[in-house]
Formats: sequence, C-alpha cells, structure tokens
Amino acid sequence: MTQLAEQKGAHLSNFARIGEQDARGGNGASRPPAWLGALRKAGIARFDEVGFPSGRDEHWRHTNFAPIARTAFRLAPEVAGDAIADAAAAYGFGGEAAAELVFVNGRYAAKLSTPGRLPRGARALSLAEAIDSGEELVERHLGRGADIDANPFVALNSGFVRDGAFVHLPRGAALDLPIHLLFLSTNAGGEPTVSHPRVLIVAEDGASASVVETYAGSGGGVYFTNAVTEIACAPGARVDHNKLQQESPDAFHVATAHARLDHDAVFVSHSGTIGAKLTRNDLNVVLAGPHAEATLNGLVLIGDQQHADNHTLLDHAAPECPSYELYKHVLEGRATGVFKGKILVRPAAQKTDSKQTSKTLLLSDEAAMNSMPALEIYADDVKCTHGSTTGPVDESMVFYIRSRGVSLEAARHLLSYAFAADITRRIKVEPVRRRLEEYMAARHGLPQDLRITDLGRHDEQHRT
Amino acid sequence: MAAPLLEIRNLHASVGEREILKGVDLTINAGEVHAIMGKNGSGKSTLAQVIAGRETYEVTQGEVLYKGVNLLERSAEERAREGVFLAFQYPVEIPGVSTSYFLKAAVNAIRKHRGDDELDAGAFLSMVRERMALLKMDKSFMNRAVNEGFSGGEKKRNEIFQMAVINPTLALMDETDSGLDVDALKTVAEGAASLRTPDNAILVVTHYERLLQYIVPDFVHVMLDGRIVMSGGKDLAVRVDTEGYDWVEREARQLA
Repeated sequence: MTQLAEQKGAHLSNFARIGEQDARGGNGASRPPAWLGALRKAGIARFDEVGFPSGRDEHWRHTNFAPIARTAFRLAPEVAGDAIADAAAAYGFGGEAAAELVFVNGRYAAKLSTPGRLPRGARALSLAEAIDSGEELVERHLGRGADIDANPFVALNSGFVRDGAFVHLPRGAALDLPIHLLFLSTNAGGEPTVSHPRVLIVAEDGASASVVETYAGSGGGVYFTNAVTEIACAPGARVDHNKLQQESPDAFHVATAHARLDHDAVFVSHSGTIGAKLTRNDLNVVLAGPHAEATLNGLVLIGDQQHADNHTLLDHAAPECPSYELYKHVLEGRATGVFKGKILVRPAAQKTDSKQTSKTLLLSDEAAMNSMPALEIYADDVKCTHGSTTGPVDESMVFYIRSRGVSLEAARHLLSYAFAADITRRIKVEPVRRRLEEYMAARHGLPQDLRITDLGRHDEQHRT
Repeated sequence: MAAPLLEIRNLHASVGEREILKGVDLTINAGEVHAIMGKNGSGKSTLAQVIAGRETYEVTQGEVLYKGVNLLERSAEERAREGVFLAFQYPVEIPGVSTSYFLKAAVNAIRKHRGDDELDAGAFLSMVRERMALLKMDKSFMNRAVNEGFSGGEKKRNEIFQMAVINPTLALMDETDSGLDVDALKTVAEGAASLRTPDNAILVVTHYERLLQYIVPDFVHVMLDGRIVMSGGKDLAVRVDTEGYDWVEREARQLA
C-alpha cells in the first residue's frame, strides 16, 4: 500500500526536467561534465531501483518516511536573492565569518553572499562554479564518501548534484574565523518543493578550519531539504564541522554527512537540531589512518510533534584512534527522538579508544526517546564504552534550587538549559553557540545576556 | 514578649504509608540556637526538610507557624524568600550551573520578594567576596558548577557559604558536621556561628556534640522515633555524646 502511494515518480520527472534544461544549456547552466552526468545518472537509477526506505529496513525503521515518500515534491524554484535578503541577514554571521555563502532553495545566491578573501589560498565557492571551472578536486572527491548504494537519500541527492558549496583548504591553511554556508529555503508557491544541496570540504595536510552549515526556512510552507556533505581530511588536517538546523516547522530535513580522516586528522562535529517536522541525520566518520581523532557532539531541542532521528557511525579502520561522542536530547510536547550510535571497530583498529554517551531530558510525559548504542568490534585490544540515560528533570536538583528561593518553573528551566548547555559550551564557533543558547534561553524564559554555564578552567579539566 | 519565630505543634509527616514524624512540638524564638540530636532514622533530618518544604513528605497532622503564619501552605521557594534556609545534609550537584549564577539567582529572587532592587554582577560579586573570605573559600569556587566534583567537606562549606550570602532568619543546619575533618569543621562551624544575631535563629541537626562547641545551643532536644522526647541545655548534648542514647530511651519509656 505504501508502494502505491509513493511519489517516486515526482523525483524522476524532476530529474528528466533538469536533464532537458542541461541539454539545452538553458537556465544559466552549462552542460555538465561527463563524470557529473554519470554520477547523476547512477544516483537517480539507484533511487529508482530502491525507492524510499521502508519500515522493514533496520537502518531506517525508527522513522516513518511516508510523509516524505507520499508527497509529490517539485524542484524548488530559483528565487531572486532580494526576496529573502532579510532572512539571509537574520541567519548570517556578518563579520564573525571569514566567508559566508548563501544558498536559496539550493542555489547559490551571489548577491547575498560575501565570499571574502581567505588566507593561504583557502577557497569557499559555489559548487556550480567549481564544477563549471573544471575543478579537478571536485571531480576527484565528489561521490567518493557518500555512498549511493548504501543510502537512498544519497542516491536521490546525487541525481540532482548541481549546486552547493565547495570548500578547499590547501596544505597548512589555517582559518581563525569560520566559513559559513547558509542554506535558506522559501516556498512562497505553496506546492511542496525539494532541494538537494551538496557540500564538499577538502582539507589538505595540516590545514585547519571551522565550517558551519546552517539550514533555515523563511516564510514557512512544506519543503524538503535533502542534503549531502562530504568531508575529506588529509593527514594532520583539522575540520571543526558545525551544523545548525533551524528549518521551518512544516519542513522535512534529511542530511547525510560523510567524513574520511587520514592519519593524525582531527574531526569535530557539532550538530544542533531545532527545526523541521521530521529530521533524519546520518553522520558517518571513517577513521582511516592511525591517530585520527573524531568528536561527535549533538544537541536536539524539539517539541510539539517534531521527530528527529540521528544515526551516527564511527568506523574505526585504523589503529590507535580515539573517538568521543555525546548526544543530548531535550524533548517537549509529543516530540520523539531517535539516536543510534554505531561504533564499528575493524580488525586492524587495535588500541581503539571510543566513548559514547547519550543523554535525554524528557520535559513531558508524551515525549519519547529511543536511544540505541550499537557496538561491532572485530579487534581484541580496544576500549569501547557507551552509556545512555533518559528521564525527567531531577527532582532533588529542583528542590535544592527552590530551597534557595528560586521558583519551581525557573528551577526546571535552569536545569533544562544547563543540561543542553553542556553541549553548547563545547562549541568553538561563537555565533553557533550563541544562536543555540539564545534559542534555549528564549524557550525557557531565561535572561538572554547570561552565559550561566561559562564555567572556569577547573571545570573544563574535569569534563572533556 | 514577641511571638515565637517558629512554632511547631503536634507535627506528623509521612512518606507513603510510613509515618516518620509522630507528633513533634518545638518552639524557637529569635536569637536562639536549638540543637536536635538523635539516632539515624529518628526523624531529625525529616523535620528539617519538612520545615524547608520538601514535598516528598506529606504532613498529615499538626501545624508549623513561622512568624505567626502557617508555613505549610507555602511552597519551598516562598519559605526561602521569607527567610527559611536549609543547609543540606547531602548537597545536590548541579552540573552545568555555575555557583555564581545559582547564588545570584537565589539572592535576587529573595531581594525581589522583599521589594529590593536586584543586584547587578558587580554588586553581587563584592557582596559575596567578603563571605568567601569568612569561609576561607578559593576564588575559583564561584566559577565551578554547583557542588559538582566537590569533596564532602567542600560541599558542606558551600552550604554555609550560601547561608552567609543569603543571611536567613531561620537557618536549618542538617548534619553539617558529617564528612568534615577537624579543621574544616572549625571553619564551617565558626562561620555559621558568626552569623548569629538577636533577630535570627539556628536549628542544628547533628549526631555529635563537637559542632555544638562552636555553635553553642541554648536548647538541646533529643528525637526518638519521630518525637522530641527530651529537652535540656547544652549539657544534654555532652551527656548524649558520652553515653549514647540508651538512657534517653529508658527515661522516655518511663515517662510514657
């Protein structure tokens, strides 16, 4: 029955339509290079073959994708930048970013962007431009990490690769300020629309930078963001990847990120989920060389009937790699959260040291959390730990705070804030941290100007 | 003569089906220090928590008047704002909330209740600095999460530090001496004792007489099975400390 209602055909028609456009060379697009044409064809063919994930598939069964599968999304139209300038300004980082690329409905909006001049030959530009200019690195890396066979949404995205961002950090380049990639969606027409943004980050030997992907909606409406990000970290490179998801309340957000770390590379991911009706994030990190290090931190703050599903994979393929993972959920209303954290330790990955923690605060009786660690270990000399807690606000803490004169409501808000701030205070990119903390403070009626949890050095030493 | 600061009459309290306080009578006047001693499970900590407003305990009978007003109708935070303070036996760790923010929120909630202006960060800091010196506390303390990773002694010291900052009218000290070494006990107890004024009162719940050498009580009460069965002066504490509770039990039985 699900099959009958599935609107796979809408995406196939979308594919045919842009194929015609490209063939004509119209709509400002030049003909795609052969390798890209092949990637798109392979992607859409795979999607045509497997369709949307069903509840029978273990990897997908914790989220009901029927609302996405049954909606006939058309490709989000290009929108003149001016129409969305206010939203771009509201979500932009201004002077706090080294470069800011703004995308509207998946297409680069040059007028709203400030690419800046990055030091040491570092570049942040639209993927369309990089493809048009025959950028060899794009051809070499695009589609190498994200696997169209493993993930139908990656297959679908790959069918529509045309724009997004390309970030290149040459050997030794080090950026103090973050590169901000702002993906805005607007759906004035009312008909459901879809965009398939693609991000490629290539960090060469010893390069280091923070990259932020913000996804936000403007003006509401039903739309679907199906994003794919690929990150390649060469030996000794360091990428601090931040993703802030603040889509519109009726939006669907599916994002797959794949990071591959060569030896001694450091990858840090901070993922904040606030918006969208349905969110599914897949974050796959391959520790491919010795002494690579990965830290995955996630914060989910949802309520009403929102659903957020985070699947992470730490794929330890090389020896002596540490990985740290901390995901926190604050669920209100009838919100549902899913966290599945898989740690795969391959036979070669001796001396793996991996620690995973999932903590959830349930602020209502109707909210529900499903937290699942999954350890698959094929090496014998490893240290892997995981822990998961789910529950309401601790009443002994509430009483302690009340016994000092603070109201019950304020005590609960304070504790919820502190719970979540345990993640935000690890975020190095100030505007990302501030945005999340301001959101939490506003939601909990706390003063905006107080960074209540900015604890001293002592505290930092005792909890990393 | 002024009305008593605290007047407890025939107080009964239970957790679930289990009755813990079985008719407590106690009157405390401003300027007085009272000590309650008793074995584990006698109900002395419960009494302190019921006065502070812990909802785990259900009051089934009796009344608690504070400044002539029925305290039992007030929430825990209202009691705190009116000047009741509980120094916890087991101070709670609150990860992620700095001591500084926590205390400032408390002080300002109380000030607001009294109609005073809230303190800004600077005024608050200069106010607490002096109290930190009193309790010999390290400066880094304010930036640490409330009680998180503190030793037992640090936690107790933090309780009395909070008491010094909040300056309550009725301080309930629940086994503040447990888990303290001799030096820490002296610092904490002298700090608490220095807060005595003719206008406030302290109720000390303790197992040992040692603490009472610093906070010298005007009255000592012994609790047994949910009731105060014996009251006296500070000599009673000395006798309990040397002889234990058996004789109290015997005498209480004879009286009953």
